[in-house]
Amino acid sequence: MSEDFEPKLVGFLCNWCTYTGADLAGTSRMKYAPNLRAIRVMCSGRIDPTFIVKALVEGADGVLIGGCHFGDCHYQEGNYKTMRRIPILLKLLKQFGIEPERVRLEWISASEGRKYADVINEFTETIRKLGPLGLTKPNVEPLAEGVAANG
Amino acid sequence: MVNLKINGTEVEVPEGSTLLQATKQLDIYIPTLCHHEGIIPYGACRMCTVQMVRRGIPQLVSACTYPCEEGVEIFTDNEEVIHARKIIIELLLARCSTVPILREMAETYGIDKSRFGEDRKGCILCGLCARMCHEIVGVTALSFVDRGTERFVSTPFGKPSEDCIGCGACAFICPTKNITIEDIDKRNVLHHELLMGHNKAIRLPFMQAVPNVPYVDHDTCIHYQTDKCLWCEKICPKEAINHDMEDSHTEVEVGSIVLATGFKTFDPKVVVELGYGKLPNVITSLEFEKLNSAAGPTGGEILMESGEPPKSVAILHCIGSRDHNYHDYCSRVCCMYSLKFAHLVREKTHAHVYELYIDMRSFGKGYEEFYDRVMEEDVDVIRGRVAEVTDFAELPEETGKLIVVCEDTMIGAFRRLPVDMVILSIALEARDDAAEIGRIFNISRTADGFFKELHPKLGPVSTATAGVFIAGCCQGPKDIPDTVAQGGSAAANAISLADKGVVEIEPITSFIDPDKCAGCKVCISVCPFTAIEFDEEKKISVVNEALCQGCGTCAAACPSGVAKSRHFTTEQILAEIEGVLKV
Repeated sequence: MSEDFEPKLVGFLCNWCTYTGADLAGTSRMKYAPNLRAIRVMCSGRIDPTFIVKALVEGADGVLIGGCHFGDCHYQEGNYKTMRRIPILLKLLKQFGIEPERVRLEWISASEGRKYADVINEFTETIRKLGPLGLTKPNVEPLAEGVAANG
Repeated sequence: MVNLKINGTEVEVPEGSTLLQATKQLDIYIPTLCHHEGIIPYGACRMCTVQMVRRGIPQLVSACTYPCEEGVEIFTDNEEVIHARKIIIELLLARCSTVPILREMAETYGIDKSRFGEDRKGCILCGLCARMCHEIVGVTALSFVDRGTERFVSTPFGKPSEDCIGCGACAFICPTKNITIEDIDKRNVLHHELLMGHNKAIRLPFMQAVPNVPYVDHDTCIHYQTDKCLWCEKICPKEAINHDMEDSHTEVEVGSIVLATGFKTFDPKVVVELGYGKLPNVITSLEFEKLNSAAGPTGGEILMESGEPPKSVAILHCIGSRDHNYHDYCSRVCCMYSLKFAHLVREKTHAHVYELYIDMRSFGKGYEEFYDRVMEEDVDVIRGRVAEVTDFAELPEETGKLIVVCEDTMIGAFRRLPVDMVILSIALEARDDAAEIGRIFNISRTADGFFKELHPKLGPVSTATAGVFIAGCCQGPKDIPDTVAQGGSAAANAISLADKGVVEIEPITSFIDPDKCAGCKVCISVCPFTAIEFDEEKKISVVNEALCQGCGTCAAACPSGVAKSRHFTTEQILAEIEGVLKV
């Protein structure tokens, strides 16, 4: 694990809460790690587990899923579905030898710019400690090596 | 009906009326002490004594208890009556020589001193308080104790009565004002509220209320505590009062909603160092407004609790605002109304005014000019936060005053300002139920608890929920001009929706490819808006695009990947993932 490892993170952020929260963190000029690449979805319920696997396979070291707090979902119950989907995916990832810490589920409301910045910093540090995931495209050999290396 | 003659005038009264009621019909004044409308007459004070002549035989009777009889003649102010009343007053004076109402009556009847001695008791033993408590309030917390000359009114065993509900009716009705209410165990009325004029259970919410009709306050109305009283129902000539009325829920179907749920004021009791609620004459800005109001308890006079006008007043800005312990935000309105207070206090009392501020924010149209004007009125403006308000005097000139301890950052020194009155300019905060309201309308709130607008510049009155608009202080603290402007904007937005007759919906909706759908109905089970229906004929699921809100949950759940969320299709997102990870 080299010291200058910069984790690549992908974030799937719900349009109404976490994405707006990220916006708030930005407009409030808060400083946080630049490692996360945000992808906007209308609702955290839109996040197909395939997206997360795809991101990891494409070279992401960690994936953040951001939704609304329970009861705050703009679409009434999308976040409840996410809450149920993600643990199943985590179980699956574990079987593939991928640390479950690499996929993080967070509820961040539109007013929690501070929380968003803190979560990004914290998550970046977690992944920095875990080291690179080392998966690349599935048709390339290092997939197996990466799994073996991360045990 | 009964016919009788009063002072030579024929009068007809309903059967069972008392002589007092009959005289009222002719507008004849008879002095009374122990009589009160609505309470069964008792005839204790005898002040209402009149002469009744029945079959030529005159006799003195008490008008409040004596029933009218056919053919009798009544004299209310002849020599015998006056003589009898004089003796009664003398007898009452012998017991209570200092009671103002008795002294007044004695003066009218030309009596200077009682021949029967002099005592300084306050109670004339009329029993109104005990009768009020028993008959109207319905609790019997007071009654007569002992007999004859030893008689007095008391609570059981002279201790605070357990039955007392602290309504204050006894003190209200006492003709000699001999009963005072004390706050024991929080069961009684708060003096502070009495000062501010909130002592009636039936009142107008405030002078400019719309509709301008009184309401019954369930918390203080005796009826809701003891199930008795209903005095107002008996007295109201229009029979407009109904205590059995309950809150009812009405369902109204509407196309758009404007939320203008307002704000709550900060409770300065939590800032213990300011002494609010403990020290007298430390009041909030809203209480000052009440004092200053021409329709308020003092008729607009600025008075301390002692009834004297203050000689010096300190106005403390930013109580609960711009404070990391309470609210970080600026409440926007306090600077300007505090300056207005300074102007009013100077104008009405000529008292010395101190303004203690952090920053003076006179931001609006004409506000800076007003600030300049107040500065010319000899107002002592101190830039600095107040550390404490205390009544602990360190110097002789501080005795009996409130001392405002502060740092004057302009001269770089600590100061102690002895003043008579302290006004706290309290913060505006989100209402306690804002979270619940936000949840009902599915609109989010900012970190300070106020409702969040869709966009601070592009959608200042719109919310994330289509058709729901916000206006006024529920969106954030603001003054009246801003509130009016926002309210107008919200109303116009709401009307324009109705006026157009059509509603534009977002293009982001789901779409199910009819050729590939297997008809598994998973999408139907996950859709929170029941926007997907099953076509029984074709055995496929179909999206109703008018109902679909575009969350994409169905697209995530579709096992065959044919449910697509427009503008957020799986292909698009996957491409996005590839894109962000290329670098």
